[in-house]
Amino acid sequence: MAGLVAGVDVGGTFTDLVIFDPGSGAVRLAKVPTTLDNQAHGVMSAFDAAGADLAQVALVVHGTTTTTNAVLERNLCRTGLITTEGFRDVLELGRRTRPQPYGMTGRFVPVIPRDLRLEVPERMDAEGRVITPLDEAALRDAITALVAAGCESLVIHFLHSYSNPAHELRALEIAAGLWPTPYITAGHQLLSESREFERGVTAAVNAAVQPLLERYVSRLAAELKGRGYRAELLVMNGNGGMVSAAHVSREAVKTVMSGPASGVMAACYTGQRAGMVNLITYDMGGTSTDVALIRDARPPVSNEIEVEYAMPIHVPMVDVRTVGAGGGSIARVDAAGMLRVGPESAGAMPGPVCYGRGGTQVTISDANLILGRLPTVRFGQAADAARAAMEDQIARPLGLSVEAAAEAVLRIANTHMAGAIRMVSISMGADPRDFALFAFGGAGPLHAAELARELAIPRVLIPARPGITNALGCTVADLRHDFVRTVNRPLDTVDMDAVHALWAGQEVQGRALIAAEEVALTGVEAEFSADMQFVGQTHLLRVPLPDGAPSRADLQARFEAAYHARFRVDLPEIRANLVNLNCSVIGRRPDLDLSRLIDPTGRRDLAGALTGRRQVWFGGWQDVPVYRREWLPADAALDGPAIIEQMDTTTLLPPGDRMATDAMGNLILQIGGCA
Amino acid sequence: MIDPVTLAVIQAGLQQVCDEMDLTFSRAAFSPVIAEADDRSDGIYSAEDGSLIAQGARGLPVFVGTMQFSTRHLIGRIARGETAAPEPGDIYIVNDPYLGGTHLMDVRFALPFYRGGRLWCWLSNTGHWPDTGGAVPGGFSASATAAEQEGLRLPPVKLFKRGEMDREIWQIICSNIRVSGQRIGDVKAQAAALLVGAERLGALMDRYGDDTVAGAIAEMRALAARQMRANIALVPDGTYAAKAWVDSDGVVNEPLEIALSVAKAEDGLVFDFTGSSAPCAGPMNSVRATTLSSVYLAMRHIFPDVPISAGAFEPLEVRGIKGTFLDAHYPRPVSGCAAEVSQRIAEAVFAAMVQALPEKVTAAPAGTSGNFGLGGHDPEKGRDYVMYQISGGGYGGNADHDGLSNGCSTIGISKAPPVEIMEQNFPVLYRRYALHEGSGGAGRHRGGFGLDYEIELRRGTARASFVMDHGRSGPQGVLGGQDGGVNRVEVIRGTEVWVPPHLSKAQDVPLQPGDRVRVRTPGGGGYGDPATRAPGAVAEDLRLGRYKDEAAARGRGQG
Repeated sequence: MAGLVAGVDVGGTFTDLVIFDPGSGAVRLAKVPTTLDNQAHGVMSAFDAAGADLAQVALVVHGTTTTTNAVLERNLCRTGLITTEGFRDVLELGRRTRPQPYGMTGRFVPVIPRDLRLEVPERMDAEGRVITPLDEAALRDAITALVAAGCESLVIHFLHSYSNPAHELRALEIAAGLWPTPYITAGHQLLSESREFERGVTAAVNAAVQPLLERYVSRLAAELKGRGYRAELLVMNGNGGMVSAAHVSREAVKTVMSGPASGVMAACYTGQRAGMVNLITYDMGGTSTDVALIRDARPPVSNEIEVEYAMPIHVPMVDVRTVGAGGGSIARVDAAGMLRVGPESAGAMPGPVCYGRGGTQVTISDANLILGRLPTVRFGQAADAARAAMEDQIARPLGLSVEAAAEAVLRIANTHMAGAIRMVSISMGADPRDFALFAFGGAGPLHAAELARELAIPRVLIPARPGITNALGCTVADLRHDFVRTVNRPLDTVDMDAVHALWAGQEVQGRALIAAEEVALTGVEAEFSADMQFVGQTHLLRVPLPDGAPSRADLQARFEAAYHARFRVDLPEIRANLVNLNCSVIGRRPDLDLSRLIDPTGRRDLAGALTGRRQVWFGGWQDVPVYRREWLPADAALDGPAIIEQMDTTTLLPPGDRMATDAMGNLILQIGGCA
Repeated sequence: MIDPVTLAVIQAGLQQVCDEMDLTFSRAAFSPVIAEADDRSDGIYSAEDGSLIAQGARGLPVFVGTMQFSTRHLIGRIARGETAAPEPGDIYIVNDPYLGGTHLMDVRFALPFYRGGRLWCWLSNTGHWPDTGGAVPGGFSASATAAEQEGLRLPPVKLFKRGEMDREIWQIICSNIRVSGQRIGDVKAQAAALLVGAERLGALMDRYGDDTVAGAIAEMRALAARQMRANIALVPDGTYAAKAWVDSDGVVNEPLEIALSVAKAEDGLVFDFTGSSAPCAGPMNSVRATTLSSVYLAMRHIFPDVPISAGAFEPLEVRGIKGTFLDAHYPRPVSGCAAEVSQRIAEAVFAAMVQALPEKVTAAPAGTSGNFGLGGHDPEKGRDYVMYQISGGGYGGNADHDGLSNGCSTIGISKAPPVEIMEQNFPVLYRRYALHEGSGGAGRHRGGFGLDYEIELRRGTARASFVMDHGRSGPQGVLGGQDGGVNRVEVIRGTEVWVPPHLSKAQDVPLQPGDRVRVRTPGGGGYGDPATRAPGAVAEDLRLGRYKDEAAARGRGQG
């Protein structure tokens, strides 16, 4: 008997909850303020707000920003590092970079401060041969010193441990007997690849957030249990899969992209069911806009995410890119008389002028309000202030009307966002025109149609509940374990039997991990890919494979085809290199019915869904119908211009575009002028 | 007059065309110098005089402006009949430094872009090839005395004719460069980037119309000039003098001086280099294109919001380089110009401009690319190798905070390779890769720290070469701040420590197994009087072992 399935996502401002009843199909939703001091309080009040009895809930899946915030704000646990003699500064020196191409300034705070980075004599070479044996007495002294310095977590990070982990393993053994907590991370455990800075930062971040995540998750699990929840709490990983709370902190670093990953998983799931498997997700909030590229309803997973300047985290995570600011981006006329939008942002505080919280600089949101795209009534007198600010700051200097100025602000904002999105897709070898735009977040549906037109994207999918997409992602995500093994040899010298054995081993290991979780599944699948390049190159191209037993000729052919598709270059002169073998083992969860995310009993006919009309500017004022999203019929079809409003977002349908609804409550926008 | 919104949209569109070219070039390239270090740049140039229309935002800064000079030379040569006239599908190749270039390793491609049967503009890119022949593998000579010793010099010739590669020219090139096997991959990547750019530019023009795009380009140029002038308006009237020194030219052991005075004129700045040293015997000469480009890139570091466009350069006048080592002509050797001399020019600009704009400009950054080349034979792997270690240094302190440690060179944006990758590829063992303690120049906001690394040769014999700078004097402190620590090179053979006579430059230094090379790169200059540094900041520096004692942390003059 299937119980309730709950997804709960804690974001920076709101904690969102969605609960499915697989038996009846009923859906319950809640949105409550996030409690920053202890996120568990917000989670519990979300369950209260939804009127949920946790004894009836069979599964809670949780997306959390605990580790993300800890890293970005450097609110980390006191962590010590023990490393190879001569190399304690690797974590501070990085790769000799600066944050931006121009401007000779920058700041960087290493994850572990210099006085807590200690060295011991030991050394391997690149082939894994011992050059200097591990000095165990020095190691013990270093451990003792870091305990005395009050460290809670420990990182052991030796050069070339990916090649031979013997010294790290021995150090782990010794540390286990001396260290007062279980929080010890060795570099090779998370990432068995060369690049000492990236591997070291990944290990250091893991250690520094481990105790925080462990404490938070166990507190939350205890509170859930106290309310009668009997199953295991699952936590969303950055790879778009989930793991049990009991295991999640072991590899805590993998939760750093937890929130954005769940949004992408919801997009994959929704798109698959709507028959749109190639999507560009577009999540525009108040302070930032995130984008991801979905092919075949599968999340893009990368092993090389940089969460901020000089903070690389090289474990498989969903590749979500921040392409710019959000509704709070500030518009201004620069010294040369050129209109600019962003990158400066008014953020959430003071926010846009129209929020009436003391913001004085006009933003994208103010422009939307002035043009009637947001309901003026909701903003009261601050709407007049927004208009006055647009007049003073943009319209008068440019010699435009207030409306034309606001329109110009949106057009430039959309041009820049479209450019950034195009660069993201090009960098992944995709033409945006082959995708549909999946728009969510507070401001996504407001800009989606015009952005799609700019990108020549023909269709836009706006899910039923754009404001709770991340929580939805938690409920639909699968169990997932990713494996990467570096081979790095010319393809024609690789032992293919050994390659097949490695892939088979990865699959066995993944299936065993999934079998150990107590979660209802409909099946377990393995996906395989190879990272390849031509011999002599440094960048990699990911080549998807149908199974883990391709022939040598098949690998070569698939790589050449992928390379040609990407660069339109053939290189018969040069041999291929096989770099990484990847395998993802995925435990598929039972289907959930999305059709009741919007209560079907609330549906009316199209005329009944009309709540009024208002003046909206599209190069001139037009009288535009306003519909309530929850009241729209399942087979609605209408031509723009129109405005569709719902609790947490507003969708804009410009003139020339068409909109239809589907049985799951999605809005499908057909963009005029795009084939 | 084009409306401001369409203008901004087309400007962003042209920028994206260039960014896509940059991205395609890096991702498809083989040479790690291009693929990893992004030592390349792509742009759009006018058909009339080659002036810069738009250039990729992630191109290597030293190429800001250079391709407009090389395109201008190409256009002039075609007009004079010295180079064959373009046809659709052609791509020219050129690396001649004296025809609007940098050093020989920077190979430029130029594609004529046609619209309605008429040459409409040029697309051009530059990529740093790992070798173009010459006496030293990789081309960074420390002691060449003539251009011929530096490598193969190509005038503009068509490598692609009507879409087909000229195999004969290609064979001549391959016969004159080292490790030519993979270069075909780089050539295809470099050409593919231009073809992608041509396709995207065509689409942009289809959408907005040729005349509108042409109008926008003219307007963008005027706007960029206005924007640069608006920034220059912040500069108080006056003349600001500064000097910077190259340690030596690698041949004659005397410093080369850059003497600069920046004067605010009617509505621009005049950079006068009169009094700078004469052309030198060794490879530390600069060519005119690189000198101008160095001034431009320094100003862009100061005003990063001005788009890269010919208009942005209009208010910047460079004078007085004739007859100096900043305007060298054939056959003066120039292999040090792009990596080192360019950064001394930028340093002189920073040192002058910080007097005028102390809130915007930093104290001097390390400003050297730190090229350490090692060539030899690895008996275990049975192969010859050429290894490059580039390294960063400290940035200067500034009005808001301390300088960044181990930042990238002023003219670059590239990452240094990881130690583990270097040890996989070459028979060396790094004994240390650490902060260069004590190197941050003291100040109210101190300079960042350089790098301190030591490499041991494990097997086989090898020869080491160094092309670095700031060995004699550290990067300049400003407004009472102290200079950053100097660059130090030591070759350690047993108990003997050998320091190159030219301090930061040496060529073909023999190494035996067990010999070590230790390099300490410069720290950044300090900003403001060290006596005004927050006491807590000094204590923090000492607690973290960044200086050996309080006197050092407070600056040499503070006892």
